[in-house]
Amino acid sequence: MAKQLDHISEIQDGKRVIVKKPELLAPAGNLEKLKIAVLYGADAVFIGGQEYGLRSNADNFSLEEIKEGVDFAKKYNAKVYVTTNIIAHNENIPGLDNYLRALEDAGVAGIIVADPLIIETARRVAPKLECHLSTQQSLSNWRAAQYWKEEGLERVVLARETTLEEIKEIKEKVDIEIEIFVHGAMCIAYSGRCVLSNHMTARDSNRGGCCQSCRWSYGLFRQTDENEIPLYSEEDAPFVMSAKDLNLIEYVPQLIEAGIDSFKIEGRMKSIHYIATVVSVYRKVIDAYCADPENFVFKEEWKEELAKCENRETDYGFIEGLPGYKQQLFENHSHKPSHEFAGMVLDYDAKEKMVTLQQRNHFKVGDEVEFFGPDIDNFTMVVRDLYDEEGNEIDAARHPLQIVRFRVDRPVYRYNLMRREVQ
Amino acid sequence: MIILKGKIYFYAIFVLYSLSGKVFFTLVQRLQYAFEVDKMKKPEILVTPEKVDDIIPLSEVGADAFVVGETRYGLRLNGEFKREDVKKAIEVAHARNKKVYVAVNAIFHNEKVDELDDYLRFVRDAGADAVIFGDPAVLMAQKRVAPELPLHWSTETTATNWYTCNYWGRKGAKRAVLARELSMDEIIEIKEHAEVEIEILVHGMSCMFQSKRKLLGNYFEYRGKRMEIQHSDDDYMFLYDSERDNKYPIFEDENGTHIMSANDVCIIDELEELIEAGIDSFKIDGIFKSPEYLIEVTKMYREAVDLCVSNPVQYEEKKDYWLEKIEAIQPKNRDIDTGFFFKETVY
Repeated sequence: MAKQLDHISEIQDGKRVIVKKPELLAPAGNLEKLKIAVLYGADAVFIGGQEYGLRSNADNFSLEEIKEGVDFAKKYNAKVYVTTNIIAHNENIPGLDNYLRALEDAGVAGIIVADPLIIETARRVAPKLECHLSTQQSLSNWRAAQYWKEEGLERVVLARETTLEEIKEIKEKVDIEIEIFVHGAMCIAYSGRCVLSNHMTARDSNRGGCCQSCRWSYGLFRQTDENEIPLYSEEDAPFVMSAKDLNLIEYVPQLIEAGIDSFKIEGRMKSIHYIATVVSVYRKVIDAYCADPENFVFKEEWKEELAKCENRETDYGFIEGLPGYKQQLFENHSHKPSHEFAGMVLDYDAKEKMVTLQQRNHFKVGDEVEFFGPDIDNFTMVVRDLYDEEGNEIDAARHPLQIVRFRVDRPVYRYNLMRREVQ
Repeated sequence: MIILKGKIYFYAIFVLYSLSGKVFFTLVQRLQYAFEVDKMKKPEILVTPEKVDDIIPLSEVGADAFVVGETRYGLRLNGEFKREDVKKAIEVAHARNKKVYVAVNAIFHNEKVDELDDYLRFVRDAGADAVIFGDPAVLMAQKRVAPELPLHWSTETTATNWYTCNYWGRKGAKRAVLARELSMDEIIEIKEHAEVEIEILVHGMSCMFQSKRKLLGNYFEYRGKRMEIQHSDDDYMFLYDSERDNKYPIFEDENGTHIMSANDVCIIDELEELIEAGIDSFKIDGIFKSPEYLIEVTKMYREAVDLCVSNPVQYEEKKDYWLEKIEAIQPKNRDIDTGFFFKETVY
């Protein structure tokens, strides 16, 4: 079982640089989000098709859209993985062959998969698809990783319950690609081992029907032979099982040094603003560290930037060990993000310093707005004037997807995003 | 012998048919029926004792097999069986021709996987009839140190289709323990395609949720309190869901936090189709129940299974009696229902 340790860094021009950069893997709930994720720096995206993926509430891609997404990603050297990670029932077996073949034909790089039914079917009918073991299998130890390696899987996504020490040990002992979640919402249960939705709402959580019963409020009681005794009082917060969101931005250097192959951002249901923000921050931190690990200094502004799109408090999950009550939310389970997505740049006229922008949320003359994107440094400015498509002066961009123009002194580019602080 | 007997019936039927006229029709039907009954296999009745001492009375009322184990390796056991207890349980059970399965079905982290070799050797030497596993690490260890030890695959929630049951069969499992969230039709379809034995829960509570986190302890700590209650059969905690007026038992152990179903499954009156389909094992889970309750329920299922096989008409007549008897001994706040056997789930 001797294993070649991954070659993570080398000395170039007298300076250590990281040569094994992890893949930055982003979620994409639809084609537009896919494009943004790729443009903002994702090396790969994961998407859901119409079937076999969890999140039955998400938009999900048709086969045509998957093809279009793959073609777009290819231009930027990015890969597309498709989630086929349901725990299948008998009725899901017919049609699986054709679906997997179609994914292979569409040029999808791999599938994220939990059920051996789907793994073996993919091997048989669509051998070009890589198989990545989904976190739905709650893989938590190196021997199980070894098992899936021997089964021929290219990659395993670890359980979110694994600590940094455990992750390192798995990586050291087993020569298989390791993917971990670095950012986003987390199941509070072992993934795949929660059927609360099945029991409470007759929706199958392991086939995409999860209704997040864990984040509901419950009364905690003691049942004795005779009585039911409440274990809380009027003033107490009710019992709730709500994990803070995961945020490992400060652990990026340690995770890179550990040789983790892929950093996954959760959130196929998340907004375009969220994806753009999170992907670009991780991109910056990964690139900064890899270019010069010895002189890397973590900037607080990265955390501040992430906070602009978060709708729940964040924490480190299991990375340092078993989480305590501080890693959970008992009140105020979620909040509105501090900033909202206001518009997307369609064009910029450098001569007239005028931007053409598609409105995504209400904003008006006098608002302070912030532009960000992969090719610019963030900057804020006050909207001084505003015109509609016909050139009529207006005081506010009121209509969804309305095309407006206004003066922006610094150059911006197509797909740059504009956000606005919510009062 | 059975084959020979079957052949004789077959020839008899064939001859009677060829001779036939309507005169023989009833006779033929009777013979066919006798043949069917003869073919019908009795499923094993599998129960979860709380302690070694429960094994004799449970055997006497008709249990065929027992699940034992310790929390370090097994999930949601009715009782704690350290190594000495496992040995004793096996001795006592084997003396009565009963089987013992040892639960090693936890989700393992690195810290425990190195112990698995030793534990499986112990389980094999103790003479267990099978090991119940969910984590592939156990399968790897079994291959290495105790390949002769039979395996039962049990992850509970993820055993939902026949292909995957057979997959684990090809990897060495002799039996698949099905998810509790399947309908009767799904279970029967799985059995029709299964190359492994099929076990289902016929009675008791099931687990809906397992977290590695200490969710109860955390809740108390958040409010500056300490948690004191350790669970027992008649003193435990539950979550109250006011919208559904449901009470879900909840407890914490070294495997994390576990939340259980609001009602106990009870399908003592719906066994016929399952027995006809050839389901191999009926499990009665005694967690959060007194030994007396478990003995009483096991006794009724024994009667029900035996009668269903030997005399379906009488079984039909006696169904309501058992149901009433079970309802009468249900603990406070624990109703019975039919789980997912007749419930439609969407997604």
